[in-house]
Amino acid sequence: MNEQPVIQTRGLTKYFGARPAVYDLNLEVPRGCVLAFLGRNGSGKTTTIRMLLGLLEPTRGEGSILGHDIRALPPEARARIGYLTEEHQLYGWMSVQECGGFQSQFYPRWNEKIFRGVIGHFSLKPAARVKDLSRGERAGLCLGLMLAPEPELLILDDPAMGLDPVAHRSLVESMIYLTRRSDRTIFFSSHQLADVERVADYIAILDRSVLRACCSLETFRNSVRQVRLQFPGAPPPAPKIPGLLQAFRTEGELRLVCVHYNEAVERALRALAPAQMEQMPISLEEAFLSYLGERGEKSFILSETEVQP
Amino acid sequence: MMNLSINTGSNTPIYKQITDQVRMAVAAGKLAVDDPLPSIRALAERLVVNPNTVARAYADLAREGLIESRSGRGVFVTRKRKMFTREEGWRRLEPLLDAVIGEAMVLDFTPPELREAFEKKLGQWKPRKGGSRNDE
Repeated sequence: MNEQPVIQTRGLTKYFGARPAVYDLNLEVPRGCVLAFLGRNGSGKTTTIRMLLGLLEPTRGEGSILGHDIRALPPEARARIGYLTEEHQLYGWMSVQECGGFQSQFYPRWNEKIFRGVIGHFSLKPAARVKDLSRGERAGLCLGLMLAPEPELLILDDPAMGLDPVAHRSLVESMIYLTRRSDRTIFFSSHQLADVERVADYIAILDRSVLRACCSLETFRNSVRQVRLQFPGAPPPAPKIPGLLQAFRTEGELRLVCVHYNEAVERALRALAPAQMEQMPISLEEAFLSYLGERGEKSFILSETEVQP
Repeated sequence: MMNLSINTGSNTPIYKQITDQVRMAVAAGKLAVDDPLPSIRALAERLVVNPNTVARAYADLAREGLIESRSGRGVFVTRKRKMFTREEGWRRLEPLLDAVIGEAMVLDFTPPELREAFEKKLGQWKPRKGGSRNDE
């Protein structure tokens, strides 16, 4: 993974009127990784994806995808990218098989075996009309259409949205299966933290147009710590420590979630003289929610290059 | 075959759930020396998790000397090697004992009850077959 990143942006920014949708984005996606692109609705994920694919002109900043400038993406590079949108664009009157035949004409490299494999995995009948398909079935068809040209970079914009549990599991299984090719990169946006935990090695978190983390999932989990301090009486107010994400005060207990936990922070906490102090494990979901808490801090940016505590 | 399963949303990362379960299976005698483990790819697809996560778990287990990769044949449970000195072993064990005892006291268990429970649990664990303690 030490070669040139598959996706790289520097200062990528997009304004809609006076409002920044994406602000000063510096993103690096290593080749062969599965990156989950996270953030609340309206945080700028789709805008970022559309800029990366050259579908939307950035206001400023630059970016490259597969080594090409995103402002001038040649068709041959485009053919190496598979893109799954939030809204599936299909012709209702076509059959599943016809969709495959139609799509295959646009790609010099088309693997019919993969197409049939994917639609089979989603239990789709080749003769079924698109207009009669359920949401999950349409997702399966779109996935098949996207994968048959054997793209080396997959960009999936919220692929799990609206899927029933069976179709959802098929999607996640397909993503795992896709990692068989070790040079293939998967970039997917999602709100499903369970999926992120299963399939992602990297995460990037956008919060209100700003990138707040871009690192391995493991680095993220190691960096967000939960500490419980117990006091004989009422706990003191939460101390001002750098990297504090959230503080919960209850009777006799102060529970803190913080990032960049280190010796200095530990000393500051010990200075509160708690009767007991211990680190507690935290789930990915809790860590993520704390990270995107309401404190409005934008100063904590996690990246892979930082020294871990 | 060992019955591995994982939970998302847990406080324990998936790679650690895997290492914990393999360790338990070996300690309980469900996995014996020279028993094969599924390949990284096969286990990843069975658990529906990223293969890198399984690879990470296997790497940790190999570092502990619990499993090894034999070229071209797969991953196997190894003959037990003594990884830690007695002192280091105690240093690792003690906080765990403290945690159990502390929790038991909070839950109002008495020392005799705890002793009895401990004995009973110990009886359920079979000693690992084919182990040796002296090849440090």
